[in-house]
Amino acid sequence: MDDADIRRALTRIAHEILERNKGASGVALVGIAARGDDLARRLAGEIERIEGSAVPVGALDITFYRDDIGMRAEAPEVHETRIGFDITGRTVVLVDDVLFTGRTIRAALDALVDFGRPTAIQLAVLVDRGHRELPIRADFVGKNVPTRKDEDVRVCLAETDGQDAVLVQEPAGSRMGDGG
Amino acid sequence: MNRHLLSIHDVSAQEIVRILDTAESFREVGSRVIKKVPALRGRTVVNLFYENSTRTRISFELAAKRLSADVINFTTSGSSVSKGESLKDTALTLQAMGADAIVIRHSSSGAPLTLTRWVNGSVLNAGDGTHEHPTQALLDLYTMRDRLGRLEGLRVAIVGDVLHSRVARSLSFALAKLGAEATLVGPPTLIPPDAPAWGVQVSHDLGSVLPKLDVCYMLRVQTERQRQQYFPSVREYARLFGLTRDRVELLPEGALVMHPGPMNRGVEIDSDVADLPRSVIEEQVTNGIAIRMSLLYLLLGGSAPHAGADA
Repeated sequence: MDDADIRRALTRIAHEILERNKGASGVALVGIAARGDDLARRLAGEIERIEGSAVPVGALDITFYRDDIGMRAEAPEVHETRIGFDITGRTVVLVDDVLFTGRTIRAALDALVDFGRPTAIQLAVLVDRGHRELPIRADFVGKNVPTRKDEDVRVCLAETDGQDAVLVQEPAGSRMGDGG
Repeated sequence: MNRHLLSIHDVSAQEIVRILDTAESFREVGSRVIKKVPALRGRTVVNLFYENSTRTRISFELAAKRLSADVINFTTSGSSVSKGESLKDTALTLQAMGADAIVIRHSSSGAPLTLTRWVNGSVLNAGDGTHEHPTQALLDLYTMRDRLGRLEGLRVAIVGDVLHSRVARSLSFALAKLGAEATLVGPPTLIPPDAPAWGVQVSHDLGSVLPKLDVCYMLRVQTERQRQQYFPSVREYARLFGLTRDRVELLPEGALVMHPGPMNRGVEIDSDVADLPRSVIEEQVTNGIAIRMSLLYLLLGGSAPHAGADA
């Protein structure tokens, strides 16, 4: 996916969110750090452009809710959480860049309910690459990208990476082999 | 990160920044309605306190609980220690019970280091004799960075009973590590002779130091550790080295007043001064929980072998 593909996908998802929820009222977007919060801000921009009303946007770091703490050599790196509104009674759309095993979303669901009791939680992702390990599916998908489990899907965004792109890469080990 | 935190020398400048950055996230957790995350579920943290402490013990206890770890408080009175059990046997008992981390305060310098020989879990020094109190120094750095936006180049005076202060030692080392300029201020009898080797300045005149400061850090006069007369009288000490109402006016605008607590109001700090808006003493306490959460998370959140985990 290039920058135009990403832009079109986000515009469509914004329309789908509005269609599903019959407008923007009561809807809030919460992006999962690090890339999801940038996508959530862009989606909010699209929604405001289409509907003329702003939706609250938050950022959620799920590090403390991961199921693999203590299984990696180093404690996982922490990002910022910023939810400056009450989620109770709202429809919260979780936003992430890539949906893979579903474990991040499981952690995000646990994290989110610590902030309140949303009326409903929906999930929007830019890329669904398959290989789910948990019974989780997305409500809004930018693009389904079939992958091998050992491949690496990388979403680059202008905000953090300087340009918009979705890249499917060979696993690090074999790439190093090819290059060497 | 090193498996233990015994001294500021155990952490690099880069690691200190990581500890402070991670604490930022934990402070956000502390501002939530539900101030608890499941990060250390199933881990056991033991508070082993051979010396009296209120804030440090409660701070560590809250930090561990907010990380969902199980906490055991072991104080010497009313325990096997009062029956004469040695540190080694206590350590081996806690080890056998599967403690993942032991937070120790002891009146003997070096007791935490000795403890690391007998246990597999992480050891965190919560103050040992007149040696170090690294978590206090880290929460102080966090508070300074939070309020003043930087650490490099900050001018900090550490005032009072430096000789008996493990806080002063840890803080001096930490400030030097991060490029701040620390000055120790006190009567010659209460400044250790080797202080210049800590990478700090020394002064005996508080009034001349105050106008150049970003932070004035007052130490508690530790009468319980002073076995001889280090100054003629408490009144004279207060007059020469206390942060009085008049003297605090010498500080530049925006400069902070800090104190590790518990305060002797009227001795090292006037009661009115302690309650000024520029005094961030309560913030230090609040930030202490976030720093200790950060440390427990970083020390226990990796896969280094722990008592409870399969190695």
